[in-house]
Amino acid sequence: MCSMIDSDMPIINSKILREKLQENSIRIIDVRRDQEYQQGHITNAVNLPLAKLLNDDSPESIQKIAQDLGISNDTPVVVYDDTFGALSSRVVWALQYIGHKDVKLLDVTFSQWKDLGYEISTEVPEIEPATHSVKINPEIMATAEYLEKVKENKNVVIIDNRERLNYLEQHIPGAINIPYRTLATDGKILRTKEGMKTLLKNRGISEDAEIITYCGSVGTLSGLAYYALKSIGIPNVKLYVHSFKEWKSLEKPIDKQENANYWDLSAE
Amino acid sequence: MAQQLRPSKPADKQPKIDWSRRQEAENFAETVKLFRQGKIDHDMFRRYRLQHGAYGTRMTDDYAMVRIKVPAGQIYPYQLEKIAQLSEMYSIGSAHFSTRENIQLHWVILEDVSEIMQSLADVGMTSREACGNTVRNVMCSPLSGVCKDEIFDATPYALAIARFMLRNPICQGLPRKFKFNFTCCEKHGMIRIVDVGLLPQIKEIDGEKRKGFKIFLGGGLGNRSFVGHQLEDFTPVEDLLYTSMAVIRIFDRMGDRKNLSRNRMRYLVNDLGWEKFQNLVLKERAVVKATQSVIVKLNIDESANEIQRPISVSDESASVPDGFARWQKTNVEKQSQSGFNSVFIGLEAGDITANQLRSVAEIIRDYSAEGFARNGFSQNIVIRYVHDDDLKSMYSRLIENGLAKTGSLTMASAVGCSGTTSCNLALTNSHRLAKEVQRKFLELNFDEDDDLRDSTIKISGCPNSCGQHQIATIGFYGGGGRHESNMFPNYTMSLGGKFDEDSMLGHHTARVPVKRIIPVILKIIELFKENKQPDDTLAKWIDRVVKGNESSKITGVEDIKKEIAPLIAPPKVEDEPDFYMDYGSDTNYHTVTGKGECAA
Repeated sequence: MCSMIDSDMPIINSKILREKLQENSIRIIDVRRDQEYQQGHITNAVNLPLAKLLNDDSPESIQKIAQDLGISNDTPVVVYDDTFGALSSRVVWALQYIGHKDVKLLDVTFSQWKDLGYEISTEVPEIEPATHSVKINPEIMATAEYLEKVKENKNVVIIDNRERLNYLEQHIPGAINIPYRTLATDGKILRTKEGMKTLLKNRGISEDAEIITYCGSVGTLSGLAYYALKSIGIPNVKLYVHSFKEWKSLEKPIDKQENANYWDLSAE
Repeated sequence: MAQQLRPSKPADKQPKIDWSRRQEAENFAETVKLFRQGKIDHDMFRRYRLQHGAYGTRMTDDYAMVRIKVPAGQIYPYQLEKIAQLSEMYSIGSAHFSTRENIQLHWVILEDVSEIMQSLADVGMTSREACGNTVRNVMCSPLSGVCKDEIFDATPYALAIARFMLRNPICQGLPRKFKFNFTCCEKHGMIRIVDVGLLPQIKEIDGEKRKGFKIFLGGGLGNRSFVGHQLEDFTPVEDLLYTSMAVIRIFDRMGDRKNLSRNRMRYLVNDLGWEKFQNLVLKERAVVKATQSVIVKLNIDESANEIQRPISVSDESASVPDGFARWQKTNVEKQSQSGFNSVFIGLEAGDITANQLRSVAEIIRDYSAEGFARNGFSQNIVIRYVHDDDLKSMYSRLIENGLAKTGSLTMASAVGCSGTTSCNLALTNSHRLAKEVQRKFLELNFDEDDDLRDSTIKISGCPNSCGQHQIATIGFYGGGGRHESNMFPNYTMSLGGKFDEDSMLGHHTARVPVKRIIPVILKIIELFKENKQPDDTLAKWIDRVVKGNESSKITGVEDIKKEIAPLIAPPKVEDEPDFYMDYGSDTNYHTVTGKGECAA
């Protein structure tokens, strides 16, 4: 079956999704909490609270989740959240990790969708379970050991997607900082392709580099960065899923911006 | 949906002047690349970077501080929203309001600066010539146009000078930075501590009322500070540009380009002697006028701003929110326009979060009849043309957004430069200290004390003057002290500084360890309360003390020194380890500085 969604488009435009809402062949996943989902979601969307995925994100578990949501190998999937795409991109990554090919982010958040006046519903669609295979995609996953092994390589760029102050306070040695907010633009969860390319060009990041993204703990903010980079065609992007929390617990080396009291500049 | 019930708002007011030039952003990105590739040397790059408003950051070449110029302090809601977004994307999620009406984004990755410039161009703003040896942001009193004591509104003249000087070849490579301050009246403006300070005047000449200025030249704060001299009795507005050009040309020609520590114009004035300098300026002005091949004029737009009260969002039946009287007393100034007020939004040492910036933008739209705000002189924001009937409702909105800090117009709102939070030259965390002092003052309700109202506390993290400590009633600048083998942050305290018509620099009184600053300030206030005259204020009392004119128990600064001596003696490190640490730090103090950029 050919995809309902133009697979060259990195993120699915809200207008296009809206036109395709009634086509049952697309699976739309809402990753907000159950309660929020119950109060209203994009018509025909099913619910997968991120916590459920994070509870056990072994390939078998992801496979089961996909099957229970009626996602087969060929089902086009669109994911959205209400947190600037960070939670949903983590789901996208998980599906891609078990080998799903046609999964995209919605370009707006649920709130923005609602503000646009587009269709929402409280109806829960019936799901017919499907069969999904597991074909692990190892080139999009980074572990602490892997990261430690390759981090000195010239062609490897490690990107920390936490906020600037957290990064200054502590980060993986050699990592550069692109706060997740940098990835967005007015009213869209991601920059334009051109805007993203300009950012990388200014930072001197080659599109041929092997890029590894990480954030605070579970790979959400960095999942968004992973997705943003993939979506502009960077071939080799990996997500360090367990991120800085694990790195610290393993007592791996940490760098810090010394001799400055930057926290005292914050009005938080 | 609630969304649709919101009343539609009129379109944002648009600024009259677009300060940006988009091409500069692309050039900046290219230049950073060349610098990183080693094709441009460090000094040359630094000069270029500063010219474009990107300041160096403490101990690193990787980050910059972007100083966004806000000429005359006029800032529009959508500009604040853009800055909020930029602070989250490229900075620390907070922005900083400076003492010179700039807005600063700290800890920006150098490679991202060009993206900020692009976005600033989208809202007509620039960082160009916010640093470096240029004409810096042209300031104007936040109350110009609404001040009860002003003779006329200087704002159009401040904007015209800013417009004339920006990117003008005559001031791209001065011996040192150059500052203009316009004011409404003596009290609100700081005109005697800058290179050129201007006070509006009207004079009757041949039966005709003429607008003009009293112009003060050669003032400035720094390692050595000077109070400006008045050029002549009256300078008519027609001569404003010629006078400004003449001063800049003389400074450009004769200023010291070698000795970095004394190349501000005030040193030139001091070296030549005022009379000689004054003669040079007057002569040069005659030459400027006589030798113009084409008529050069300032583009002065004196058309009135539209004043239109937004549709009232106030609920008249609402009860008076708690704390309203205190806030009104310490943050609101009545305007010369009947029924309208200027509301001061106090920030801790000028810092504000991205979300608060967005709230300020919304509050301007909802409450200001002029539709924009003015940055103040004390790291604050002033929302003007707020109607009497809207004050309570506005106060509630400010509370909701954490913006109703009281004491903006009082001694409680201490000023602190960025200090060791980001500056290469800093020796101490003056920024945090200012916040600590403010918190203590508010906790003690000192903002409500009329005796303290006209006093100020200003703190710098080094002997330079970004915190303007020399003109504070109680001023401090940071340094290091040593007791036995341990170092501790140690501030030099000056008393009795003033920036009004009797401008005076503070009198160095004592060195005070950082953790004793609050107790020492409280002690001075206690001494004042014990010895004051019935109608005294702290500022008046300190003025008498430093001049030796006080007849009570405290006759001069020596007596103050004696009184505070027991407080400032260093304890043993094992008895009080905290004494040896600066605010915001949990390790023992040591001084670390990088190369300063003031002089680049």
